[in-house]
Amino acid sequence: MSVELYERIWMWAAGALIAVFIGVISVTSALQAVQPPSHIETVDPTALASHAEFAEPAVKTNPDGSVVVSVVAEMFVFRPDPIEVPVGKPVTFRLTSGDVIHGFQVVGTNANAMAVPGYVSQFTVTFKTPGEHLIACNEYCGLAHHNMVGKIIVK
Amino acid sequence: MTPKNSLAAAHIGVAVAAFAVASAMGVLQGLSIADIEFPQRSESFYYMSVTAHGVLMALVFTTFFIMGLGYAFAQACLGRIKGRGLAWFAFWLALVGSTAAAVTILRGQSTVLYTFYPPLQAHPLFYIGATLLIVGSWIWGGVIIASFRSWRRDHPGVPAPLAIHGTIANIIIWYLATAGLAMEVLFMLIPWSLGWVETIDPMVARILFWWFGHPLVYFWLLPAYVLWYTVLPKVAGGRLFSDSLGRMVFILFVLLSTPVGFHHQFSDPGISAGWKFTHTITTFAILYPSFVTAFTVIASLEVAGRMKGARGLFNWIGKLPWGDPFFAAIALAMIAFTFGGFGGAINAAYAMNSMVHNTAWIMGHFHITLGTTAALSFMGGAYWLLPRILGRELRFRGLARLQPYLWFAGMSLFSISYHIAGLRGLPRRVYSATLTGEYGGDWQGLTVIAAVGGTILFLSALSFSIVVLATWTSGRRIDPPAFELAVALKPATSLGIWDRFGLWTIVAIVLVALAYAYPLITLLMHPRFGSPPYQPF
Repeated sequence: MSVELYERIWMWAAGALIAVFIGVISVTSALQAVQPPSHIETVDPTALASHAEFAEPAVKTNPDGSVVVSVVAEMFVFRPDPIEVPVGKPVTFRLTSGDVIHGFQVVGTNANAMAVPGYVSQFTVTFKTPGEHLIACNEYCGLAHHNMVGKIIVK
Repeated sequence: MTPKNSLAAAHIGVAVAAFAVASAMGVLQGLSIADIEFPQRSESFYYMSVTAHGVLMALVFTTFFIMGLGYAFAQACLGRIKGRGLAWFAFWLALVGSTAAAVTILRGQSTVLYTFYPPLQAHPLFYIGATLLIVGSWIWGGVIIASFRSWRRDHPGVPAPLAIHGTIANIIIWYLATAGLAMEVLFMLIPWSLGWVETIDPMVARILFWWFGHPLVYFWLLPAYVLWYTVLPKVAGGRLFSDSLGRMVFILFVLLSTPVGFHHQFSDPGISAGWKFTHTITTFAILYPSFVTAFTVIASLEVAGRMKGARGLFNWIGKLPWGDPFFAAIALAMIAFTFGGFGGAINAAYAMNSMVHNTAWIMGHFHITLGTTAALSFMGGAYWLLPRILGRELRFRGLARLQPYLWFAGMSLFSISYHIAGLRGLPRRVYSATLTGEYGGDWQGLTVIAAVGGTILFLSALSFSIVVLATWTSGRRIDPPAFELAVALKPATSLGIWDRFGLWTIVAIVLVALAYAYPLITLLMHPRFGSPPYQPF
């Protein structure tokens, strides 16, 4: 296949650009553990009311100071609401849904995960400044989807 | 002179009708999000209209247009359509299916959006109708392949015309993609919606949906690329810069289109980080054929400008036929794709993706990619195609000339606003950007600009629909112009590595298996709990 010189240069440059993209994401993934939230754990969505953790979802502080927040998303609320978390400490969210798929987006941060019935989403965030954040459901879940909001208070 | 092609015309007609209804739904959504009142405005109408807009645009308009274009190229480039009766059967099957699904949507029985994520449950006819549309498209692919094989027997050793090469590549992509959808719909959604099984696993369904959902965008893109490679240089008055690289590009899409679906699921549970990372790499890799396309197509246009006497570095751009509706539509679609492509690279990087996932940014993104790169290419394609398949002259040529620019202007307002609003946190698919009525200070103004853009888009869509309807019913009867396709600077004379469809199909199947088998089996082996159906609409 004969390729004209300028096009050949362009193709190498495009390949190099893509190699840079892949290189950057590989390095941050391997060295800084920048990875997407990925957790494989299942839970019966029809039995959350009798579940040890999700019947009364709440904020719990471990002896080492780290914080675990269990959240249930249901039409059209997040429980607990508001969620109070400490500033500057790693906060692990454990999120599930009691009915359809919902989204859990802490507006103004990169905390953004899907609440899928039957599964637990888990991810860890550190809030660096005190303040309040809106939690918005960002997956269509029914006619009041836009009303499904919550609040996080960082202090 | 080529004969009229009523088979192709019927498909284009259905595509344009679906597009017209869907664009009316679109503008009303834009107004609703911006919290601008209109008489029909209600939550149930809004979410119904999101579903109708998505299904009619993304599945009906595109699939019918692509089928029609395929038949037009088969007739023009191969001189035959093998199995015309079967092709008409497939047309009616797809039309009946699409209509059934659309009726359940418009009646408010299937407000599940075009992603139809369970455990939201639509009317059974929604899933069955969609299945008929897909089965119709499978038959279409079979007819085109049969026509190609028949042509091949008469022309041994001759490379397929590039337009046919791209069409066949697209059919292979479509078969690979819809395999995932077929598993989801036939084995999970239809039995569940008919009440034969009580529960469904939403994660398995989501994975199968995105197995289909991302190659779907390449199913839209490849016909646009076929128009860019084979028709655009001719209309511009030039030559195709490189024929062999066009073939390479189409085959790279066959290989890379499907093993990328997890980049829609970075925020999902149930898939390990390693597999999300793997799909990130393949997603970056698929930028490559588009980079190559950018060079080849723009170089072809430069050749056109220079053949018309342009000398300096850039003045060939001014020599291009910007007043031709086909040319303007395609050129603007290409400009949109430079921005859309880089937006796509941002979305693929999962650290940045978590800032924009399911925000208005995504609406902004797929409206300059699907909504402009593909859709505007198809509109331009219709202007070029209609005289050739109907034997009628284009009506309202002035309106047709203006329409692509209107689209581009409207889309710029719409898309830029939603990109910014998404970065500020506006979640997607909300009836009102004020959410409960108490929020939205950061993005309310942007949604109003987007609504203005949406209104301009609607005027553009209306102009397009009027031109098509008027051409169809009252265009002056002419001998259909020939399908003149671009001649390459160096035409392919013998079969090469990129012409080996069988080989590349096998490689593509292996790549899909590598990308999906392990994560799917891992999930299926895990103890899982199903969900009962919900219809909160």
